[in-house]
Amino acid sequence: MSVRSLRSWLPAAAFLAALFLGGCDNRQTALLAHGPEADQIAALAWLLFVVCAFILTLVIAALWLAMRGSPRARAHLAAERTVIGAGIILPVVTLTGLLGYSTWMQARARAPAADSERIEVVGEQWWWRILYTDREGRQFSSANEIRIPAGRSIDFTLRSADVIHSFWIPSLAGKLDMIPGRATRQRLAAHAPGVFRGQCAEYCGGPHALMAVQVVAMPETEFTAWREREAAPAREPATEAEHRGQRLFLSAGCGGCHAIRGTEATGSIGPDLTHLGARHSLAAGTLTMSAENLTTFISDGQRAKPGNLMPPFRIFARQELDDIATYLLSLR
Amino acid sequence: MADTVADRPAPPAIEYPNALPRPDGELEQLRAAWTLPRGFRILTAVNNTVIGYFYIGTAFLFFLLAGILALLIRAQLAVPGNTFLAPETYNQIFTMHGTVMMFLFAVPAVEAMGILLLPQMLGARDLPFPRLGAFAFWAYFVGGLVFFGTLFFDLAPTGGWFMYPPLTGARYSPGVGADFWLLGIGFIEISAIAGAIEIIIGVLRTRAPGMSFDKIPMFAWAMLVFALMIVFAFPAIILATIMLELERAFGWPFFVPEKGGDALLWQHLFWFFGHPEVYIIFLPAAGMVSMIVPTMARTPLVAYPLVVTALVATGFFSFGLWVHHMFTTGIPQLSLAFFSAASMAVAVPSGIQVFAWIATIAAGRLRLTAASLFVLGFLLIFTLGGLTGVMVAMVPFDFQVHDTYFVVAHFHYVLVGGMVFPLFAAFYYWAPAFSRRPLSERLGKSAFWLMFTGFNVAFLPMHVTGLMGMPRRVYTYPAGMGWDNVNLISTIGAFMLACGVAVVLFDLFKNLRPTMTDQAGNIWNAGTLEWLPNETFGARSVPHVISREPLWDQPGLPDDVKGGRYYLAGAPTGRREALVTSPMDAVPQLVLRVPGPGWPPFLAAIFTAAFFLLLTVKLVTPAAACGLAAVVLIFAWMWSNDAASIGDVEIGGGIRLPTYVSGWPSPALWAVAVLLMVAGSLYLSFVFSYLYLWIVSPHLWPKSPGPFLPHTGQGLIAAGLLAASSAGMLVGRRLLSRGRMLPLLAVLGGSTVLLCCSLAVDLAAHWASGLRPHADAYAAAVFLAIFLQAQLVLSLVAMVVFVAARLLTHKLDHVRRNGFDCLSLTWHYTTGQGLLGMLLIHGFPRLVG
Repeated sequence: MSVRSLRSWLPAAAFLAALFLGGCDNRQTALLAHGPEADQIAALAWLLFVVCAFILTLVIAALWLAMRGSPRARAHLAAERTVIGAGIILPVVTLTGLLGYSTWMQARARAPAADSERIEVVGEQWWWRILYTDREGRQFSSANEIRIPAGRSIDFTLRSADVIHSFWIPSLAGKLDMIPGRATRQRLAAHAPGVFRGQCAEYCGGPHALMAVQVVAMPETEFTAWREREAAPAREPATEAEHRGQRLFLSAGCGGCHAIRGTEATGSIGPDLTHLGARHSLAAGTLTMSAENLTTFISDGQRAKPGNLMPPFRIFARQELDDIATYLLSLR
Repeated sequence: MADTVADRPAPPAIEYPNALPRPDGELEQLRAAWTLPRGFRILTAVNNTVIGYFYIGTAFLFFLLAGILALLIRAQLAVPGNTFLAPETYNQIFTMHGTVMMFLFAVPAVEAMGILLLPQMLGARDLPFPRLGAFAFWAYFVGGLVFFGTLFFDLAPTGGWFMYPPLTGARYSPGVGADFWLLGIGFIEISAIAGAIEIIIGVLRTRAPGMSFDKIPMFAWAMLVFALMIVFAFPAIILATIMLELERAFGWPFFVPEKGGDALLWQHLFWFFGHPEVYIIFLPAAGMVSMIVPTMARTPLVAYPLVVTALVATGFFSFGLWVHHMFTTGIPQLSLAFFSAASMAVAVPSGIQVFAWIATIAAGRLRLTAASLFVLGFLLIFTLGGLTGVMVAMVPFDFQVHDTYFVVAHFHYVLVGGMVFPLFAAFYYWAPAFSRRPLSERLGKSAFWLMFTGFNVAFLPMHVTGLMGMPRRVYTYPAGMGWDNVNLISTIGAFMLACGVAVVLFDLFKNLRPTMTDQAGNIWNAGTLEWLPNETFGARSVPHVISREPLWDQPGLPDDVKGGRYYLAGAPTGRREALVTSPMDAVPQLVLRVPGPGWPPFLAAIFTAAFFLLLTVKLVTPAAACGLAAVVLIFAWMWSNDAASIGDVEIGGGIRLPTYVSGWPSPALWAVAVLLMVAGSLYLSFVFSYLYLWIVSPHLWPKSPGPFLPHTGQGLIAAGLLAASSAGMLVGRRLLSRGRMLPLLAVLGGSTVLLCCSLAVDLAAHWASGLRPHADAYAAAVFLAIFLQAQLVLSLVAMVVFVAARLLTHKLDHVRRNGFDCLSLTWHYTTGQGLLGMLLIHGFPRLVG
């Protein structure tokens, strides 16, 4: 056993590598925490890495001594009391300490704040329905992108419409499952404005890999203004192309599944599109929001996201697709 | 402590049971009794060595197949946005990779090692129920191959190896893939249980004389705990698969929330099996390591009693921590704390074993053979896997890494480190005991370095990948997440690991020459009995054991044993025999005549497999025909069992043993008792499910009095009939002892009628109350109780037919009565289970309503 291969074992080294590699992108990583819940877990993770690296080093050192040590060292190691000391007492003491720390940490988890924002997220195959409550207590719906005020605790109610999903924004908090017939509650907050990516963490069949969600943390005032806009009905079409797009959208029956508040499209099977143009991405993080991606997804969505539940609409001519995309993008 | 082989005290003077020279023809008679069938008739072989070879070969085949699936997975994930595999294909492949590795490789492989090694290691001629072992193997072989074959017809399941509903329910998985999983895996689990029964009785009752509890080889201890864990863990998953299949096929809504079911019930049952499963795989591997380390260090295992305690403690603890797979399901804080503590506690027994091995290495001088290298690799990999296990047992940390590549890394460290490396060590270590040539040390060492490096290159970065936010079970990932490099590195490592396995495969082809007579032998100078000169029947004579390492402490033992100086040097009954000893002190009790080759186990297994597989594709009539054929074949096989006594025989040293016993000394009754523990465990899982569903949906439980709840009187009548049938069996027992066969037949018939009436009355009462199984989760649970009871009643009816036939043909009487005793024991168990069930089903709603 060469020293080099032994050294490659240290989790501490792995962690340094993680930090190095993690620097490439910090949108979806538990290593760079951006909220109090994730902070706590990261602190615990550091403690665990250190303790476990210590124990691993101890085991390797003991093994090395057992094979190559002096006769005296080996005689010590060969005694039954070594097994009792290192195999029973050491783990019991270490584990009790760790357990105590983790339990204390959980018990310390903050009590619900009175002014916390409440958002409901429903996992569906394979997208996220987001339900906000406005100041008057009315609920309105959005999809795949969650806006929150930075610095404030958000209480999420998590549900599922079909199979089990799991809600996970690594840089803000740990994950929590969404289980049909149950409601689970998750609290998280972002320290500062920013965009944080997450994705479904419980295998939910088909394109489970393409079920991402974005959390956009905004300054409080911007959030309030955004919520006003988001709660309002859709903007009326302004240009000729937008009018044509709206007519095509409604006449092709898109409203059977999708709602655009303020129009006769009131379907609730698929995502609410009232302010689709304002979102960053399409099809639960599969594509970035653009006219081209919109037309691709409408006409051949099974290629972009195989298995998704929206049938491909090949009935439209090129120009018609462009008009619909123009209309949808105008819904900001 | 540091006493090596050389400086041990001189052995006591030995009195050999048998004098030399042995009579002419004795060895020839022994060999004749144990002749192996030739040509294609090898399929009829039941001997543990042959079945062990087949078993381990098949398990290794599934390891290679599932390994190829792993390479496909890694190829797909090598770069972001890869289109090498279609999403549905990928989902099938990762589901099959996990399922095949766990159910068709890991458990069968260690069970196979047990079947191959245990008899020789314990100084036994064979396992006590060779045909059961053969049946278990063939059922697994056929079922496993067909299950794997579903991949080629696009029929493979896609629900992940833990098959969480509702994704795997009829609504979201309408195809037959999930049914193949449920029936195929359920069936293979039954075969695993058959093997476990064989192993339990084997370890407890067929040890060499003198091999008391404190002298049992560590691998045998591990296999005993392993088999007992199977007995208590597998029923939970069998019940869960029954429930999900009933839901899929007939709409009994156990897991449908709209009808009062709960998706988490599956998770509880699955992980109640699934967590012990991890230790079920690890313990035998730890047992192998505890055999290899002392040999390679040339010194006995340090702290033997502590290691045994650790094995047993692991078995116990492992049943108390299943919820740690469910930390993110939103269960209450208190449960989290309890299961977190339990999960950490299980690390202690592993700590004991790791330091016992290190202490043993320190006590001796470790020879760096290929087997030793694999053991050292195991120690490092498993320790790291254990430490990440402690990390994920910390609830908040688990919130982040659960269902990510961190967990994928963790369980591969534990399973590959904890099971695959020891298994490869075992190949290199034990090959000379079974092969004309040992495996190549040079190839073995190259293979080790490739595997060890490849494994760490593949899986160490995955810890990071997971912390960087990559969930498991994704068929693709976008570029720019920072996951590209780590995934590519993992893929390179996986292929390097595969190269290492390929080197071992080459070595096996080149050097493994299985043989029954001229093995390479004890080239490591090991101390345990499997290194005695062996033939099909094991050692020529069964040694008297005075220590844990008989070959070290009894010089000349191999020659003495081979010369026939010890017990049972020939085949005194002219047939295959095994020496049955007492469970604690291994005092000889019985010369058990064990069966030789025959078609029934093989054919019964084929038809049983066909029954389940045809049922999966809904070909009900052919399935029923195959099921019937299987029952007939099992009858045919049972018919030759329980041969009449031919008087006492001499085994040497003036010891005369009976050739027939009844009652508790009989291994047959032990086997039935273990089987009933399986049934009991299954039923307790049901009771748990019933109460769990009540906690979730108490509003569904009927009010008393009211609709959907039969009248108390009806329940009492059903219970009374059941109790009366058992009383009938007690009367029957007395009649048998007095040799009154005709009244006995009448009583048997009467009891059977009472038994069936009890079931019918209960079923009719519930049906008449308006309850229908598809209505809601409560109704489904009630009918499940009746379904489980009906299974037992059907088995009893089949057994009654068998016993009656034996009575009428004078193959069963007051002496030769094991068939009746087994029936009677099963009967009383059925009554107990039925009464408990009725108390629950009729009483509980009244208690809470």
